[in-house]
Amino acid sequence: MKNYTQKIVEKYHHDKTRLMDILIAVQSEYGYISSESIALIAHELKMSDVDVEQTVSFYHFFSAQPTGKFSIFLNNSAVANMMGREEVATALEQETGIKFGQVTPDGLIGLFETSCIGMNDQEPAAIINNRIFTKLTSFRVKEIIRDIKDGKKIEELYSASFGDGANRDVSVQSVVSNNIRKIGPILDPNYKIGEAIRKITKMTPLEVIDEVKNSSVRGRGGAGFPTGLKWEFCRNAKGERKYIFCNADEGEPGTFKDRVILTELPRLLFEGMVIAGYAVGATEGILYIRYEYKYLETYLEKILEAARKKNYLGKDIMGKKGFDFDIRIQFGAGAYVCGEESALIESAEGKRGEPRDRPPFPVEKGYLEMPTIVNNVETLCSVVKVILNGAEWYRSFGTAESTGTKLLSISGDCRNPGVYEVAWGFSVNDILAMVGKSANVQAVQVGGPSGSLIGPDEFSRNLGYEDLATGGSLIIFGEHRNLLKDVVLNFMDFFIEESCGSCSTCRILPSVLRTKLLKIMNARGVQQDIEDMVNWSGFLKASRCGLGQTAANPIITSIKNFRHLYEARVQSRKEYDTGFDLTKAVIEACEVTGRVPNI
Amino acid sequence: MSHVVKITIDGVECMATSGQYIIDVAKENGIYIPTLCNYPGVKPKGSCRICTVKVNGRMMTACTTPVSENMEIDNTSGDIVELRKAIIELLFIEGNHFCPACEKSGNCELQALAYRYSMMVPRFPYTFPQRQVDAQNPKLVKDQNRCILCKRCIRAIHDADGRAIFAYHKRGNKVEICLDPKIGKNLSDELAQKAMDVCPVGALLVKEKGFDQPIGERKYDKEPIGSDIEKL
Amino acid sequence: MSKPIVATTSLAGCFGCHMSLLDIDERILDLIELVEFNKSPINDIKKFTKKCDIGLIEGGCCNSENVHVLKDFRENCKILISVGECAIMGGLPAMRNGIPIRECLEEAYLNGPSVKNNTEKIIPNDPEIPIMLDRVYPCHEVVKIDFHLPGCPPRADLIWDALVALITGSELKLPYEVVKFD
Repeated sequence: MKNYTQKIVEKYHHDKTRLMDILIAVQSEYGYISSESIALIAHELKMSDVDVEQTVSFYHFFSAQPTGKFSIFLNNSAVANMMGREEVATALEQETGIKFGQVTPDGLIGLFETSCIGMNDQEPAAIINNRIFTKLTSFRVKEIIRDIKDGKKIEELYSASFGDGANRDVSVQSVVSNNIRKIGPILDPNYKIGEAIRKITKMTPLEVIDEVKNSSVRGRGGAGFPTGLKWEFCRNAKGERKYIFCNADEGEPGTFKDRVILTELPRLLFEGMVIAGYAVGATEGILYIRYEYKYLETYLEKILEAARKKNYLGKDIMGKKGFDFDIRIQFGAGAYVCGEESALIESAEGKRGEPRDRPPFPVEKGYLEMPTIVNNVETLCSVVKVILNGAEWYRSFGTAESTGTKLLSISGDCRNPGVYEVAWGFSVNDILAMVGKSANVQAVQVGGPSGSLIGPDEFSRNLGYEDLATGGSLIIFGEHRNLLKDVVLNFMDFFIEESCGSCSTCRILPSVLRTKLLKIMNARGVQQDIEDMVNWSGFLKASRCGLGQTAANPIITSIKNFRHLYEARVQSRKEYDTGFDLTKAVIEACEVTGRVPNI
Repeated sequence: MSHVVKITIDGVECMATSGQYIIDVAKENGIYIPTLCNYPGVKPKGSCRICTVKVNGRMMTACTTPVSENMEIDNTSGDIVELRKAIIELLFIEGNHFCPACEKSGNCELQALAYRYSMMVPRFPYTFPQRQVDAQNPKLVKDQNRCILCKRCIRAIHDADGRAIFAYHKRGNKVEICLDPKIGKNLSDELAQKAMDVCPVGALLVKEKGFDQPIGERKYDKEPIGSDIEKL
Repeated sequence: MSKPIVATTSLAGCFGCHMSLLDIDERILDLIELVEFNKSPINDIKKFTKKCDIGLIEGGCCNSENVHVLKDFRENCKILISVGECAIMGGLPAMRNGIPIRECLEEAYLNGPSVKNNTEKIIPNDPEIPIMLDRVYPCHEVVKIDFHLPGCPPRADLIWDALVALITGSELKLPYEVVKFD
């Protein structure tokens, strides 16, 4: 253990800002990060044990205990449940003889839950030793567990043929499907690779920024900040070095379009990062990818290597003197909050993924205190097409406020879940018609749990920054779904699980709200409980980051748009109910003393 | 280059040096902005959120936001006061705060803020979490029941080599503070005392100390927290 | 006009709050002039004989009997006041919250250092004994409570001022020194 860990620490030059990489290596090698490993790493990096441990314990895919030779992480997102997760979970427990959170006594199999893994269009899905398994059934579970027990290797566990497109690439070989349902200018594979880089070598960085500004392209992660403006701020910021980050953390449940870009159009993305680097004067790009997409690592590294050979990356790119840029891949380790740009930077520096206080903004003081751009995968891809075809061409798509197209990740109750590229400005109704809604649609979750749950009377609203802004996730719920249980409760559990815990508001309030929600679901609520939830949710607005500020959105937007669901469950004749249940409260004591409750 | 800027807090004009944090400017001008995580000489972190003010209408934490020219700061409007009250109440129900049995009672900043904001009972239901007391360290007792996770100890206490003695552990509502067993073992008396002093509540106590001031003579028995600033 | 009727009880408390109520010195004479006591340990009336205006509750709910008494108070009193930390948040008895009941009872009756002569290893289980609750509950988590007077015990002045304000309908002013949690 000592030798390997030491080698890894040396590989990263005893640099504690590379702690994530060191921990990922140790976790992959041993299946866990033991206290001995922590002590060794701490010693080598001149840190205290608890300092290393605070990073280890932050991330879902790091574990201080053995997680089994085969670690099975079953997704617990709302859509996974809708698609039959419970049956799969039960089968897993039955076949392994253990509960979730446990490891079999022989150390062979560990069962764990995990937040949305970006496979909402092919649920139920799980990750086993960094490999993705989609469309699971109880039958498939039996096969998999039997094969594991028979001593098969992880690569022998696949029974189906590989997915479509580059999922079949020799360095991917995954059963994941792209499910690209509608191609637009961004997803269009017919473009000349490297052409945009060639083009910018004949432009000044300011001309590049101007072109991006003129296109009015805005951040595609959800926040919608004008990309050109961000680049300009960063270019003007003072710093010895500058950095370009691509945010491929894609943790918002229901979103998976970045996974598809990473699979099918990684060259387009890398080109976008090079352009950003040229524009702001950065020489290093970092692609931060969520751990769930680790199965793409070898493939992406291969493509980066090829790009270096073609001089799309490296020194004096395309013969332009002084145009240096290279990209490294940084994996996360399971934390939704790392999708927030400053948390992502903290994580890339080897720390807990806690968002930073702002100001200063990353464009002034970001990675390693240097001016840093953090752009979403789709944003950077859009930029390449802007450079290739011009800002005016780009503006011909979409609306005045929301130019261009948007990649939508659509899942839930519809015939054709998958990725759709549409121009901004279409209504939810248009989208529903496009995807083939399978039943009467009760509700659509726009923008993931941090977005809004809307009902049919709002389906005429248009997607765009001026009306319904979205990072691109749409989850469709048919009329047979129990919105409070299947959706709102699931999303609240998600926010509780994924809070970094730094702000008092976001750490405490979501659990308080969840308790109220359960009270109402259990028919013990009163009208006041609904009002309390609305009023209390407002305090979350004082949280530091978007996660905290939106952590009550499932409750707020469902009360706003589906108030009748709550009112139908509260007791109409009671003004006050504490929810106290004497019968329940005496069970434990009766068991211990062997008494019959005589209350 | 620092220069003088003019801001207003609740309509009162204040002079400040650019780069100064709002909370410090307020203090210099005799205006109290409550805080639980900020501590003199320690890098601010903005984790308790109690110092939230409205800066030109936007909620910002006063401990992390530097002043700039013509900022209009609202420190007393109804919703800000209500927010602060709610946060205090949340901290009370999050942990197990048995004031009558706490060594820090009377000198506790959380309790003092509850007094200042007239908390009679939290509006939120108590959670009574299961938390541990860690008495392994030779000098300090760490009582997680009382910890409000403000990170003051994490930020303020390091060993001679600059290594962290305290750190967070886990995330979300499972977060707790850990005291490094190895380097914590050699904690000096001064550092142990400093840890207890920076802790706003009774979560870090120097062993064999406590209850040494009679009721009536403790820091917040007679005057609300912040009175010293407001008297300036 | 008839005098307002007051009832008091101590649930899972130590009677310290009642002592504090009596600690109002000579004002106790005024109190008797001001109000009539019904069910209360002060006059030893065991059962409500009429509807009351104000109920003062000391202590939280740690067993089934506490719950019944508290509900009885809620039914018979117009205004219910939680007096003291135990009523408000469980107080020191609630320090057992989070510890499994089995562990509590075994420590108390079988394994604790003060256990002597329990050779038959009996944990009391007579049907007459109230049943322990899974945790100690603050009163307002069992019934609706109208006002809360914190303190351990609440200062005598706080109880007095609150009662007078309530009875006379005057505004309750709370000087800084009287509202304390210890």
